[in-house]
Order: sequence, then structure tokens, then C-alpha cells
Amino acid sequence: MNCNDRDFLGLNPADRLALSRRTFLKQSAGGIGLAALGSILGPSAFAGKPEVTGFPNFKPKAKKIIYLFQSGAPSQMDLFDPKPGMAKFRAQDLPASIRQGQRLTTMTSGQKTFPVAPSIFNFKQHGQSGMWFSEVMPHIASKADEWCMVRSMFTEAINHDPAITFMQTGSQLAGRPSIGSWASYGLGSVNDNLPNYVVMSSFGSGRPDDQPLYDRLWGAGFLPSKHQGVKFRNKGERVLYLKDPEGMSRDIRRESLDEISALNQQRHGVLGDPEIQTRIAQYELAFRMQTSVPDLLDFSKEPQHVLDLYGPDVKRPGSYASNCLLARRLCERDVRFVQLFHMGWDHHGGLPKALKGQCADTDHATAGLLTDLKQRGLLDDTLIVWGGEFGRTIYSQGALTETNYGRDHHPRCFTVLMAGAGVKKGYVHGETDDFCYNIVKDPVHVHDLNATIMHLMGVEHTRLIYRYQGRDFRLTDIHGELMKKVLA
Amino acid sequence: MQVRRSSILVLLAAASTLLAEERVEFNRDIRPIFSDTCFACHGPDEAKTKGKLRLDSLEAARRGGKSGDPAIVPGHPERSAVMKRLLTTDADDHMPPAEFHKVLSKDQIDLVARWIKEGAVYQGHWAFQTPKKPAVPTIPTGGNAIDGFVAQVRTAKGFSGTPEASRPTLLRRAALDLTGLPPTEADLTAFLADPSPDAWSKAIDRLLASPHYGERMAAQWLDFARYADSNGFQSDTTRTMWPWRDWVIRAYNTNKPFDAFTVEQLAGDLLPNATEDQIIATGFNRNHRLNGEGGRIVAEWAVETVIDRVETTGSTWMALTMNCCRCHDHKYDPISQKEFYQFFAYFNSNEESGVLGEFGGAASTRKGGNTSPTYSFATPEAKVRLAEVEKAIVAAELAVKSAAKVVPAAQTAWEQKLRQGFTGKTASWAMLTGTQAVSKGGASLKQQPDGSWLAGGTNPDKDVYTVTAPATTGQLTGLLLEVIPDASLPTQSLGRAPNGNFVLSGVDAVLTLADGKKVELDFVDAQADFSQEGWPIKSLVEGGTATKAAKGAKGAKKAQPARAKTGAGWAIAGNDAENRVPRKGLFIFTPTTVPAGATLTVSLRCETLANHNVGRFRLSTTGLPSSLISLKDTPQAAELRALILKDPAARTAEDRKVIAKAFTESPEHPKRAADAQLAGLLNTKNTLPGILDVMVMKELAQPKDAFVLDRGEYDRPGAKVERKLPAALPPLPAGEPNNRLGFARWLVNGQHPLTARVWVNRAWENFFGTGLVKTSENFGSQAEWPSHPELLDWLAVDFAENGWDMKRMQKLILMSQAYRQSTVVTPEKLEKDPENRWISRGPRFRLPAETIRDQALAVSGLLVPKVGGVSVKPYMPEAVWDETSVYGDMRNYKADTGEGLYRRSLYTIWKRTAAPPSMLLFDSATREFCTVKRFRSNTPMQALSLLNEVTFVEASRKLAELALRQPGTTDQRLAWAFQRVTSRPGTPAELAVLRKGLDRRLTAYAADLPAAKKLLAIGQSAVPTDLDPAQLAAWTVTTNVLLNLDETVTRE
Repeated sequence: MNCNDRDFLGLNPADRLALSRRTFLKQSAGGIGLAALGSILGPSAFAGKPEVTGFPNFKPKAKKIIYLFQSGAPSQMDLFDPKPGMAKFRAQDLPASIRQGQRLTTMTSGQKTFPVAPSIFNFKQHGQSGMWFSEVMPHIASKADEWCMVRSMFTEAINHDPAITFMQTGSQLAGRPSIGSWASYGLGSVNDNLPNYVVMSSFGSGRPDDQPLYDRLWGAGFLPSKHQGVKFRNKGERVLYLKDPEGMSRDIRRESLDEISALNQQRHGVLGDPEIQTRIAQYELAFRMQTSVPDLLDFSKEPQHVLDLYGPDVKRPGSYASNCLLARRLCERDVRFVQLFHMGWDHHGGLPKALKGQCADTDHATAGLLTDLKQRGLLDDTLIVWGGEFGRTIYSQGALTETNYGRDHHPRCFTVLMAGAGVKKGYVHGETDDFCYNIVKDPVHVHDLNATIMHLMGVEHTRLIYRYQGRDFRLTDIHGELMKKVLA
Repeated sequence: MQVRRSSILVLLAAASTLLAEERVEFNRDIRPIFSDTCFACHGPDEAKTKGKLRLDSLEAARRGGKSGDPAIVPGHPERSAVMKRLLTTDADDHMPPAEFHKVLSKDQIDLVARWIKEGAVYQGHWAFQTPKKPAVPTIPTGGNAIDGFVAQVRTAKGFSGTPEASRPTLLRRAALDLTGLPPTEADLTAFLADPSPDAWSKAIDRLLASPHYGERMAAQWLDFARYADSNGFQSDTTRTMWPWRDWVIRAYNTNKPFDAFTVEQLAGDLLPNATEDQIIATGFNRNHRLNGEGGRIVAEWAVETVIDRVETTGSTWMALTMNCCRCHDHKYDPISQKEFYQFFAYFNSNEESGVLGEFGGAASTRKGGNTSPTYSFATPEAKVRLAEVEKAIVAAELAVKSAAKVVPAAQTAWEQKLRQGFTGKTASWAMLTGTQAVSKGGASLKQQPDGSWLAGGTNPDKDVYTVTAPATTGQLTGLLLEVIPDASLPTQSLGRAPNGNFVLSGVDAVLTLADGKKVELDFVDAQADFSQEGWPIKSLVEGGTATKAAKGAKGAKKAQPARAKTGAGWAIAGNDAENRVPRKGLFIFTPTTVPAGATLTVSLRCETLANHNVGRFRLSTTGLPSSLISLKDTPQAAELRALILKDPAARTAEDRKVIAKAFTESPEHPKRAADAQLAGLLNTKNTLPGILDVMVMKELAQPKDAFVLDRGEYDRPGAKVERKLPAALPPLPAGEPNNRLGFARWLVNGQHPLTARVWVNRAWENFFGTGLVKTSENFGSQAEWPSHPELLDWLAVDFAENGWDMKRMQKLILMSQAYRQSTVVTPEKLEKDPENRWISRGPRFRLPAETIRDQALAVSGLLVPKVGGVSVKPYMPEAVWDETSVYGDMRNYKADTGEGLYRRSLYTIWKRTAAPPSMLLFDSATREFCTVKRFRSNTPMQALSLLNEVTFVEASRKLAELALRQPGTTDQRLAWAFQRVTSRPGTPAELAVLRKGLDRRLTAYAADLPAAKKLLAIGQSAVPTDLDPAQLAAWTVTTNVLLNLDETVTRE
């Protein structure tokens, strides 16, 4: 069976499961007795049936998430939040009334002056909505009427490691489950061939030496480890250990799996431990993954006009564009949570050039992904999130010249984009002050964003809890307000 | 409030029918309910108390809250407001409130009512009461004290146990539990052949005496201690803590009593006359991550470092979740926020910065290394070598002294040479007033009034600046590069990288003579007034790409430009505020004569790191003798020049002294050879392998102040606090110092209610899969009630009474019938005792990540059983570290060759942000923080790893080879292989499955030898040439089947 067959894809998930069961039965004839079937085919590969009941709490708007994480913190005033009034403050010291004594990183806290650096880029309004975008994102701008732009995000951390950990897990310190793991834990899987939570990463060309990504960002924390994100790697083997060893044919693999099953079955007959049945099932799922993943990764049947949507970089495996196309293909296969991390947004100096590099990496493909999902009807039940871990300062880190400046970390405000299932289209939420330094309207905390994402997935964020070390934990700690105004 | 009085009565009626049974007990029955559903608002956290009502003591509950109604009236549920609130249908009054999403079941409400009816007797939380040794119930025949308790509970629950497991299964179980390796054939044979009644006892003793016992035990402790070979956080660089890890292995192997094990790790440095080992032991509290991110705020992370220690200590020894209290009083346990910071005060007075790097400097954070305080020591082998080197040093020092005899003559010659060199020279340095400076990468270079060049415009990835200027006629011996900060540069520093740094990777200098001929200058040395750690200017003249071996055609040395190795160069840590000052780099040439009319072209190369180009610079040249060129002593050099030129007869005694001193320091001095010899030896001594430093605790003479931190934030200090132990726990005994040492001793003084219970419970968890207290990570009031409370207390007291003897305690458990049971389970038991809490059968669960890999190495004969030492790099997937360390010194993972591939898994190098994937897949901790309990998941990724990962494929091949070399028939060899992996003989049915598959594959591989050879080529170990490839390949698949069996990855 080819899971990518149009017929197969046309089936609803339940029928697909049934079909794969039949195929599996045929393939593994002799390996496993009928009695074992119930337990073999019951649990799904990664998350399976959710371990908690009662979720979703209500009908979800978004069945799937594609979270496009821009690691390093894109500059909001150079991309989304125009501040034309800054021109007249150019090179002047940031007024103390704006900074309000807020803490700075030790990279700029020693600077003698904080010269205001107006964005070098031109902004224009786009679409019916008239949403403002900078000239460096022409493709994303062309989707203005699809986006819901949140200009009033803020966070608590001021350095990358804690900040990105906070975005992903709701805590600055290592150890909490990531948002994708929570979704997997609460909602289980609707796909029985692929992981429920897939993570991909790509290197940016704007600043090639940053920022590191850590396993913990997609880790399951204290949740059962099966909810950790499965990494589709951008180098070497795409999914670890998926390929049979050189010199082992698929037939031999199948036979050896049948032997493993038969022997496990015999042992089960002696001991009666149901965990043995679970293991038998996991081996069959592994075998199915070995078929379905290569099929998933094979772009050869994608027509040129679809490839064109994502831009020329789509042909380079491991690029952001290629990951976007893969995200669509995962989405088509009902993988619940797909997260892309694109590195290179940390522009302490040389921002104009570096930002252009990052936009060249991501602009075309992000817009292409939106178009592609939409034309397939997938955008109706898929939520897209685009954003980084904090914002950047209006003042220049280091010298401000005609053509160059840098910006330090700024947790007080930044912009996140959303699109797709359940969010308002062509809507701008929140407002920052003239210096893009403080929020003046509708502040949105990281917990609020996460609460809203969970809400769109049908989960009341205060209810998805996990007892660990005697305490009930949740993604949003004890906080999180739904962003009601952004809901469609 | 609508009180449904009738419902209370109904309830009471129901309750009364149950009164004939056992009494409701607060700790067992009521506390879990209250703790989960009431205490968050009516518990110990004073700040959050709603309606002024607390339910965590009878006194408070009788007093009631704001309304004045007693919440609990002992004996009278119908008059108790608690019952009214639980039963009311009025949504406004109902408790717990709907938005709390906590619902009490009817049974729970029933229990509360019964408890009130029976008098509402409160008990302090059981885990906070010092355990007393209960009487041992009747011990079943053949069992021990443990079985008395187990049988009592099991019988009460209506179960019987299972018979003893077969001997092979039993030995494999114990071997895996105690050593993390399957039993050796010798151990198995000995045990199977031993008919004596104490055969089992002897088998356990053998396992406990194995050097691998300590490795198995240490593996778990490393999770607790969040041990790793990296610093964690952004660039996640290297550190050296494995000597601490080896201390743990030794401690277990020598059966260090748990009290000493505790005191030495928490406070070894404070013990009187602390030994080297006791100091190394304190590495426990330095194993936490250290933040080295560029913009980190030191005060913030110094607090996190201490809090990590508090949490780790709380979790590891007391199974308490102290971390709840950093922001507020504990919701469930009697620990206040103030007490948390009093506890904090025991751990904050270490001589440390709290962040990566020495006291906050960011310079070295990408290079990694250990952070103060550290302790230097020598391994036993190194100690021997050190003694030899030190002896040689004494001899070399003598040689240096005797060199003085030839000094006078040598000095005269030296002075003569200098005098010639000085003649005609006036200025030391002449600025290279260039007419032209060009950037290869397209940057603009504008000359400044001070003669320097400032780069602007484009900042290319890599750049080369070329300055051309007239050269000063005469001798040319040196080049001075001054780099100057400029406000226009990033971070107002010296370089053009976003962080203000630069990396100079090379310099060339070429003279163009009047006739157009070119003469390359030969760089022989370089100095700087400052170099970033790991980025010395010397790297430009040592071991560059054009090596010193490159000779001209006739053997003459060819001129060398200054060139750093790939990835190296001179940098100045321009990211640090204190380093944004002018810097000088000095290059010394082989002296070259410059004729009139020549021009000098100097190229500065910045080709190591992207965008790390020099920002503003100035160049000067000199003709001074090289021995006088120095960055430090320009006035002294001038003085010396004057003295040398002075008539020797006119020199004063002081003059002669200065000259003699200068000569002493010059390379021409006869002592030089002797000095070089000595320097070489000293260098050998300093870089001797096995001279190590490891991070340790070192208490400040004056304790640091500690404060309650509002909402746990470093920049919101409140009231100052002193060291003090939480009031709910026993006080510090009189006479104990109120510091870490007193604290550590307090944990293990036998009166502490938690330590021994927590530790025996973890032992139980290791051997039975689940602890007697299931929540082994939490003994607070949210803890689950123990399945066998008396057994837990008996074991805890017995452990402490018997000198905290770890091996004794473990042997006691392994000797029990409970442990020896077979794991066969019936559907009835599965239904009624699904988690085996009543020990109705032997425990069966998946092996830990390390054991699964170690077992495969062991049965295949690949395992290199060496204990301890520096961490190793086994096979890992390509690019495994790439995304976590684009910078930092842990990147480009490359597996070892040879034994590093086959060491036990606890020696695998551990990078926290990208832990070994095959370990993570099998639920290992990440070691970013203290983890006291692992999951046991069962996923397809695990199957893929066991089937396809190179370690397992290679182990399969080596096991196949061993099988093929066994005497006998194919069936006998299959039987051997099956037993080798599972320790037990395979059944005929099992062996038949294997035989059938093997035969099919033999045919397949015989028909496709290239495929067979490909399979055999996997892994670095040699492929035997005397075995048929088709045979070996077919067997490799079969042994891979064996390594993949559920039974193999499970301890049965």
C-alpha cells in the first residue's frame, strides 16, 4: 500500500486505519495470531489514544498546527510595526521616559548612548485590510488579508535560551513539556503511520552562526517521553534509524519482524504481560513508518507550479522552503503538530543586510505555504503561527550609520503572525508606543498566546494538567488569558 | 445556602454500615483528598488563603473562616460547614469551585463524612514523622522480614504470590539490576550448578562485588546529580567533571555508607582535613548548568544556580518539591517562602560567579572549561609521571645556574651587536602613512586624522585589508598593528562582528623594491597586549597552513606570512564592555634590509568567522633589534638603547645592572638553552595528562547575605534571612555547625524522617519497577499513600540502624521471596493488581537506556569493560551536535575509533542540549536538571533504533560470529545464541522459529553476496575473513532478532 495514493488520501482517517490494518494483516500473515490483533492495532504510533479524557473540551477550530518559529528574534519595527515618527528622532538618545529604567542585556547595558535607529526599510499597506508590511517581505505582505498580526506580544526573558524555552514550554527553565508535547498528550494522534509532533529546523543565511536549538525545545519534559517531538533532521538521515541497514532487503526485514513478533507472542503466551503486545504493535508501526516516511519525503510527484509557490530554495533539502513543503505534506497526513525552527534572526549588528538574508530564506516559502494550504482546503482547519522569542530594541546596538545598525534583545514588545483556522483575517491586534518600546494597547503575554493556541485546538488551557511531583502543571503555569479579540 | 440535610443523613447511613471495618485514617484517606482539592486555597500558603479558612489543622478548621461557622465539628458531619459546602447544589457555595476543575467523588465525600463522624482526628503528614521500626509480621517459610510485610498485605488483598522464577531468569534479573549487564557464562554456570541453600546469597555477593556494580548504581545517580560533560545553555561548551563521576562509581563499589556518601557530596569541603576524594565529591553541587550567554545578567543566573542546588538537594534526599516555594509559600507542604530562602542560604556562599566563566566575564564562554572554584589533582598514573618530571626539573634548574659561568663573554658580544644595530636610529616606530588601503570584500576604508583606517559600509563575511605605503629605509624588524575602538562600530567596540569582536586570521607583508622585485617578509613571532582566551595572537605564527617545514628549493627557509590554522586567529573579546579599549598586536620579522625607494604592502586577513572583520586600525614599522621590540617596555627600551650607546667606562653600577638584566632577558643569553630545557619540562608538567581540575564547592569565609526574593525574582530582594531548617522538619541538633556540613549531617543523623525512607523507596523502585511510595519523586503531602507503610518504615529504620550500608540493604531486598517471584501474570491479577502494587507477582519492566545498549555490547563480546576515565564518543548520527553549537567548542561530533565505541553507556559524552539520541529514545533524562525518576515508554522509535542503529547492527554481527564459532550443529549454535542473550534455554518452538528464518536468509544471502557484504561492513570492528559472508549475514539478522525481543530489553 502506498499511503500517498490519491485513493488512500481520499479516505477518512478511520477508513485509512482500517485499510492499513487489512494490508498489515496480509503482510504479516503467520506472524501474529488473530487474538493479538486487538492490542496490536489499538494503540497508535506515537501518542495513540490520548491518555487523558475529556479533550478536546469543545469543538476545535484547528485540528493541526504549523508553527513557524523564527529563532533569534526578528526585528518587529523593521518588518511589521512601522514607526515613521522615528525619523525625526534619528540618532537621538532613547528618552528615559520610554526606557523607564527597564533592564538591558549586558551586551548594551554598558553603552553610553542609545541612539534611536529608525528602520531603513520602507513600509506599505497591503490588501483590503491595509495591513502594513516592510518591503523585505513582499510575499508575506501579499497575504495581508489572511494574516492576523499581533503587535503587542511581550515576554519575561531577555536572553535567548530562557526566552525560547519560555515560548515553547511556558517556563524559562529547562524541564517543562513543550507546547507540541502538551497537544500530543491531550489530544492524541489521528495518524497511525507518522509521529504526532514533528520538528524540523533550518539554518538562516542572515546570520549563519546563530542561534543554537536545543532538544528541550521539543522535549516532553515530565510528560511521557512518547510525546516528545520527532525530529526530521536537515542533515544525514532525516528520521533517525529509519533506514534498514545496508544489505538488508525489505523482504528480509519483514521476515525478521515476523520472527520477532512470533517469538514475542510465544513469550506472551507464557507470561501474560500485556506490555509484550504493546511492543509487538510498536514494531509493526515502526515498519509502517519505514514505508510512509520515505513516501512523505519524496517530492518528485509535486508538480512544478506547486514547487514554485515555495520558491527556488524548496529543492534544497533541509532549507526552510523545503521544510515548509514538508509541513504541508505532514498536514495532509493529519500530523497534529508540526514545528519549524529557522535560525539566524539575532541581529545585534549589521541588521539591514542580515534581515534581508533571513527574509530571502523565509518570505517566499511562508507565503507559498499559506497559498498551498488554502488551495487544498487545509487552511480551514490548520493554524499557522509565525514568530520568535522576543523583539528588538529601537536603539542601535553599536554604531548607527546611514546604512547600518544593530538591535539588542527587547522583551517588552514584539510581533507574532497567525493565520488559518479560527483567527481573524486581515486583523491587527495590539499597539506599541511611538518608539516600539512599550505596549500601549492589548498586551499579549506568552502565556496568552499559548492559551489561545490551545483554545483553537479545542483545549481549555486551564484544564490540560499533569500531576508531577505532587503539583498540577500546565502549559500556561497559573496564567494565560485567551486573546478573545483575535478569534474569528 | 441550600443544604440538603437529607443527603448528609443518607450519606451517614451509608458510612455507618462501613464503620465495622477499619477506621478512616487522616493521612491515608483524607489528606490526599484535602491536599488535592482544598489546600490550594485553604492550606499552608497564608497569602492565598481564601475566606480566612485553613483546613490543614483541626484547630484552624474548628475555628472556621470568615463566616465564623466551624468548618469541622468533630463527630458531627451534619454541623460541619465542610460537608455543607461539599454537598450543596448552589453553584456559588459549592466547593471546590467549578472553575477549579476538581470534583470530589461520592466515595471521597463519604470518606470525609466518616472521618468527621469518627472524631476528625488529624495527623501530621506521615512522611514528616520520624519512622519507627514496626514489629515484623509472621515471616512465610523461606522468606525474610520483607516477606512478612508483603504477605500480610497481599493476603489482605486476596492474592497469593507466584513461585520462584527459574534460576537463569533469576540470575539475569539480579545481574541486570545490580550491574546493568547480563550474567557472564561463568556466573550462570556456577549458579546453575550450585545446589547449596545459600547459592542465591553467594550469587548476589558475586554481583555486588563486581566492579560493574558501581557503574550501574552511578548511572542513576548521574540523573539525580544532572551530571554532564557540557555546561548547558546557549553554546553548551565542554567542562570536565568525569573525575566526580568516577568518585561516584568508586563510592558505590567500595560500599561507602549512604551517610558518608551524602555528607561528602554535600559538604566534603567543610570536613576537617578534607581529603582529595572528599573535595572532589562536592562536585555534586557543581554539576548544574552554567549560563554563558553573551547578554546574560550575572545576578539573575547566580540566583538560578543556587536555586538549582536547593531543588536538586530537596528532590534527591528528601523527595520534596522545594521549587514551589521560590515564589510563594508551598501550596501543600508546610514550607514557607521564607523557609525556602533560609534553605537557599546554605548553598549561596560558594566562591563562584554563578555563571559560566570567571566571575562574570564573557570572554571564555564559547570555549567552555571549568568555572571556579575548581580543584586540581593528579590521577594515580599521573602522580608517578609527575614525580619523574619534577626530578628532571631540579636537574634542569641546576643546569640553568651553571650557565652563569659563560655570561661575561657572551654579554660583551651581545652589547657589540646591539651597538651596531642602534647606530643611526632615532624613532622606535614609524607610522605607516599609507597612501592607499583597499578592502577585498568591498568595505569602505577611510583614513582618520590619527592615521588610522576605519572600515564602514558593507561588512562582508570575510575581508582582507591591504595597505600600501613607502617603507622606511634601513632595517625592517617589526610591524605594529593598533586596533582602536570606534563609536561607529557594533557595540562601540573594535571589530565589525555584531558583538563588536574581530578575528584576525593572518597578516602578510611584502616589500616592492624600486625595480619591481618583491621580497616577502618572514614573520617569526607575534605578541599582543591582550588576547581573548582561546584566540591568542601567537596562533598566527604557530602551525599555520604554510608550516615551518615548507623550505625553499635549496633548503633555505622560505619567508612565512603570519597565518592561523583554520578556525583560529587573534581576537579580543570585543563583546565585553571592559575590552572595548585600544589593543596592540606586534609582529616580529626576520630582519630585512630595506633599500631606498621601496614600498611596503601589508595585508590584514579576517577570514575565520563570518563578519568578524577589524573595525579601525593603524600600522607602524620598526628597525629596532628584535630583542628590543616589545609592547611592554618602550621607555625601558629607550633607556637601554642610551645605556648601550654610552661609553662603557662611563657607566655607573646602576647602568651595568640594567644592562645585565636586559641581557639576562635576551634570547642571546647562555642560560637560554638551559631555560628552554627547563621551560620544556615545566610545560610537560603543566600539560601532563591526568593532571585535572574539577569543579568543587568552596565556602566563602563570610557567608553571603540571602533575602526572600519577591516572586522569586533576583532583582526584587525582600527581607534578609539567615540559614535555618524548615520548622516542619526536625531542628539542627545542638553542636552542629549551621552550614552545609551541619545540614548534610542533619539529613543522615537517623532522626530525619525523609532521607532513609526516600532512599530505600528508590531501591525498591529499582528492583520492583514501582516504589512502595509510587510518587518516589515526591514525599510531600501530595505523595501517594505507601502501598506498604510498615515495610517502608521498617526498611528505612533498618537501613539507618545498620550503618546506612547500601549493599546490605539491597541484598536484603534481593533475598526476599517477593523479589524472587516469577513474573507470570494471570488475567485476574492484571485486572485487580494491574500495577503490581501488592507484589502479587515478580516485577517485569523494560531495561533502562544504558542497560539496553550495554547488554548488546556485552553479549556480542564488543564491550570494553574498563571502569572510569574521560568520557568517550561512540557512534552517533551525523551532525548530531550541529544545531546546538554553531559556536562553542562542542561541534562537529566525530565518533572515536576503537575502544571509545564500545565502552559502557554511562561513559558516553553527554552534551545537555543534544543528549545522545539513542539514550533519549529510551527515556533517559536530558541532565539539564535533576531528574529522580524516568519514564518507561514503548515506542516505534525504540524499535527502529534496536533494528537499525549501527551499534546494534554491529553487535548482531559480532554475536553471529561468536555463534558460528561455537562447536556443534546449527541448532546447537542457535540454542547457544538464544541463551547467550536471554540467559535461559530457548524452547523448541522458539528455536524452530529462529531456524526457519535463518534457513530462508541463508538462501537469500547466498544468492546475493554483495548484499551480505554490505551488511557485514557496518561498524568499525573487523569482519572475519574465514567465515562465509552469506552465513555470517544470515546469522547477523537472526542475532538482531534476538537483540530485539521484548524479553531481551526487559528484565523478567
